[in-house]
Amino acid sequence: MTPLKVSIAAAIASLLLLVVVFELIRSRRLRERYALLWLLTGLVLLALSVWRGGLNTIAGWFGVTGYPPAVLFAVGSLFIILVLLHYSTVISRLSDQNTILAQRLALLEERLSTGGGSDRDSQR
Amino acid sequence: MSAPAELAPVEMPRCLAIVPAFNEEGAIAGVIDEIRAFDQRFEIVVVDDGSADRTAAIARASGAHVIRLPFNLGIGGAVQTGFRYAWEHGFQIAVRVDGDGQHDPSQLGAILAPVLAGETDIAVGSRFVGERSYRTSRSRRLGIRILAWTVSALVRQRVTDPTSGFQALNRHGIALFAADLPHDYPEVEATVMVFRHRLRMREVPVRMRERAAGRSSIGAFASVYYMTKVLLAIFVGVFRRNVVPLEDVVEQ
Repeated sequence: MTPLKVSIAAAIASLLLLVVVFELIRSRRLRERYALLWLLTGLVLLALSVWRGGLNTIAGWFGVTGYPPAVLFAVGSLFIILVLLHYSTVISRLSDQNTILAQRLALLEERLSTGGGSDRDSQR
Repeated sequence: MSAPAELAPVEMPRCLAIVPAFNEEGAIAGVIDEIRAFDQRFEIVVVDDGSADRTAAIARASGAHVIRLPFNLGIGGAVQTGFRYAWEHGFQIAVRVDGDGQHDPSQLGAILAPVLAGETDIAVGSRFVGERSYRTSRSRRLGIRILAWTVSALVRQRVTDPTSGFQALNRHGIALFAADLPHDYPEVEATVMVFRHRLRMREVPVRMRERAAGRSSIGAFASVYYMTKVLLAIFVGVFRRNVVPLEDVVEQ
């Protein structure tokens, strides 16, 4: 069985995560779209730390007989990997868009400096 | 069609029709023509949300102003571009008519009338007010009902169709949405935001059409994600400070 102190510490930590994420959304420093995965992480970890019997059962499924809280670490790590992977895709998209913006800006500047604009229907 | 007669012919304020469009080359020309047919004094701006087809070229050939976004921003970002345009060019009234043809421009009179009469700041066309029936899938109707119930409880006014983007706004509404419009699918959050800013909003019964061409941008998985996100945003929004709408510095 998971030591009570471990459960309490884990529960407090997940609650803290949830509060911080909420505050970041509220103050508009984190968009809802990017907060959902963090909230899910916090909720799952909170559930696993409070529901001690459940953690035991899940530990049993995976053959973790010695120390059930190891499952907490495993689940936590899994979610961190998910969040990081998600952010990698987000950064990739942002960098693509950044390239497009820079190109569009440079083309606009060129058009302004040559006083051009003859081809109104120019394509991207 | 008696709707155009409701617009006073002499003192018509400058009106802009904002038409967000993403890959709507099949529908966009029809939408523009129908807005003209409703009232040819409308200026029309098509916001091309990074389409990969000929949407922008066709819209331009139809005589609309065209703003081409360099990449897809999603409907919220596209529509807000239109509101910024309306704000910067001093339009008194703006209507949003989606480029997919779902919003029937012949219904514009219904949503414009209360705004022009000064009875409300924002009028929204609802598919579910009155006797009109609108066919939609059962799951989508359930989703809309959950959102409608939540929004109505929050704003203490009955809202039947919080996902409707068919709307008319006066300068106050334009100022608010130009300053702040939620991302992705903005309508539900925007409804709550409007009430928090103490603007007046009213629903008006309208008929909406099935899509003319193209396909809906919301799939099954996306719907669940969207519901979760919107409910979260509404919930957090309750604890949020309001943004400051753009101010009419020049005009006052």
